[in-house]
Amino acid sequence: MPFNTPTSPHQLAPTSITRVMVMVMLALIPGIIAYVWFFGWGVVINICIALVTALSCEALILKLRQRPLTPSLSDGSAALTAILIALTLPPLSPWWLTVIGVAFAIIIAKQLYGGLGFNPFNPAMVGYVMLLISFPREMTSWIPPSALADNSLDFLETALFILFHTLPDGVTFDALTEATPLDSLKTHIALGNTVDEVRAQLGLDEEASRVLSVIPIFGAIGGKGWEWIGGGFLLGGLWLIYKKVISWHIPVAMLGSLLAMSSIFYLIDPEHYATPMFHLFSGAAMLGAFFIATDPVTAAASNRGKIIYGCGIGIFTYVIRTWGGYPDAVAFAVLLLNMCAPLIDHYFKSSVFGHKKG
Amino acid sequence: MANSSYNELTYNGLWKNNVALVQVLGLCPLLAVTTTTVNGIGLGIATTLTLVLSNITVSLIRNSVRAEIRIPIFVLIIASFVTAIELAMNAYFYDLYKILGIFIPLIVTNCAILGRAEAFASKNAVVPSFIDGLMMGVGFTVILVLLGAVRELLGQGTLFAQAHLMFGEAAEWMTITVIDDYNGFLLAVLPPGAFIGLGLLIALKNVIDQRAQKKAAQATAVETNTDSAVTTTG
Repeated sequence: MPFNTPTSPHQLAPTSITRVMVMVMLALIPGIIAYVWFFGWGVVINICIALVTALSCEALILKLRQRPLTPSLSDGSAALTAILIALTLPPLSPWWLTVIGVAFAIIIAKQLYGGLGFNPFNPAMVGYVMLLISFPREMTSWIPPSALADNSLDFLETALFILFHTLPDGVTFDALTEATPLDSLKTHIALGNTVDEVRAQLGLDEEASRVLSVIPIFGAIGGKGWEWIGGGFLLGGLWLIYKKVISWHIPVAMLGSLLAMSSIFYLIDPEHYATPMFHLFSGAAMLGAFFIATDPVTAAASNRGKIIYGCGIGIFTYVIRTWGGYPDAVAFAVLLLNMCAPLIDHYFKSSVFGHKKG
Repeated sequence: MANSSYNELTYNGLWKNNVALVQVLGLCPLLAVTTTTVNGIGLGIATTLTLVLSNITVSLIRNSVRAEIRIPIFVLIIASFVTAIELAMNAYFYDLYKILGIFIPLIVTNCAILGRAEAFASKNAVVPSFIDGLMMGVGFTVILVLLGAVRELLGQGTLFAQAHLMFGEAAEWMTITVIDDYNGFLLAVLPPGAFIGLGLLIALKNVIDQRAQKKAAQATAVETNTDSAVTTTG
């Protein structure tokens, strides 16, 4: 059987997988700091649980497959998958949610296909989508940004809740949680409200919101808190491009097409379509553009292919967010384009050195 | 089909040549209806019945059918049996009939049935054909039930839910709630759960086969080695 390799990895720099993975993890730090600032310690605990699960699942499967443990365990790819899944989960998700999602991602989506480099789908997104369709209630119970919540939990209380599902006296889970900005915007538009009305209702300044006892979840441009997290990931992503760990093609194509789509519809009917900036700085757009869609294993390989691939993700993200059943769509869009990546590679091969560009 | 001893036929149908795990035929109903154990039993019995009846009939007329038109004839036979079974289920198991819906008429298109008619019944006598149909059907049913049980257990935390659809009101006791107050792992009930579940079952069968092969190879190796007085054991 001919083995069609789309491009040859003519790389001169001494780039190891471990180095790339560590740099990607470093680039996540600004986003994670913003995350902790707005949503509390839950995300840190989730990352720890996810890391332990990912490494033990990886070790277990490598043992079953009778492969050497150290190269795969120390390359950091499982750890990165774990961190990405933990970042997509609600900060107060119970421990078993993280464990199931990460185990599914590592065992089914990565190792059963042959391990790193052979998985057709992004493992982190497979794990996330599996959780989203299996446990819709747990996966949509977000807490509002802590600056707004009346009763935010400290580190110990968060850990107790995640591990044992116990809350301090007088606090109920329903009182803590809240739909995400993308989610509530969708619900309200379906109810016939316009974007401005929703933002006016849910984006009040703190004084007015206390009077009306509504939690303002919309910030200046995106969701409150979300815009800072998005900014953090944007910063990390730009550093990755500067360091040449990822190329600019996929993030620019994805964010560009998301911007284009949302601008077109915003200009047509600003009452029913959210602003372009809201789309860019809400949900997983930034995280997806720089850290998830750029996964070299599952993305298209050539530069032109990467642009098509990124555009596809951006367009699908907008389409599913606006007309689909789920509030955020980056994960679905990434998986859809993962499926198309081999086809894109087939039609957009990178030119071979010494030949004319064609 | 030189060696069609009944043991061989049974082993073939249940394990070695299992319709679902090895031939991977009849996937459409297999994946679609196995959301619960009872659905699996219902469809399994209907399919087994069709297989047995069509195998017997095809075997009976195998010498009087011209080779050129045998496939339409086989399909006609299978379709008439399926119609009869569908009407019977409509009459006696109405609720189950409603749940299984389109998948009962679709038994006609289950390749496993036409496959056995063509590959076995049209070349063999009635009794072996009957055994073959029965064992292939039972092998298929076992996988339907197994997959249904796994998906029901993960998806709803019960086993044999709605058993009364199949066995009447007296069978309500059969429903076992394994995990109380269970939220449900929806993926198991949704279509991806069926694909992943079947894949894991096939993998499990391959592992068991490989283990058995290794053991057999070791056994023969030990037998040949005993003469040279090896003292190690285990």
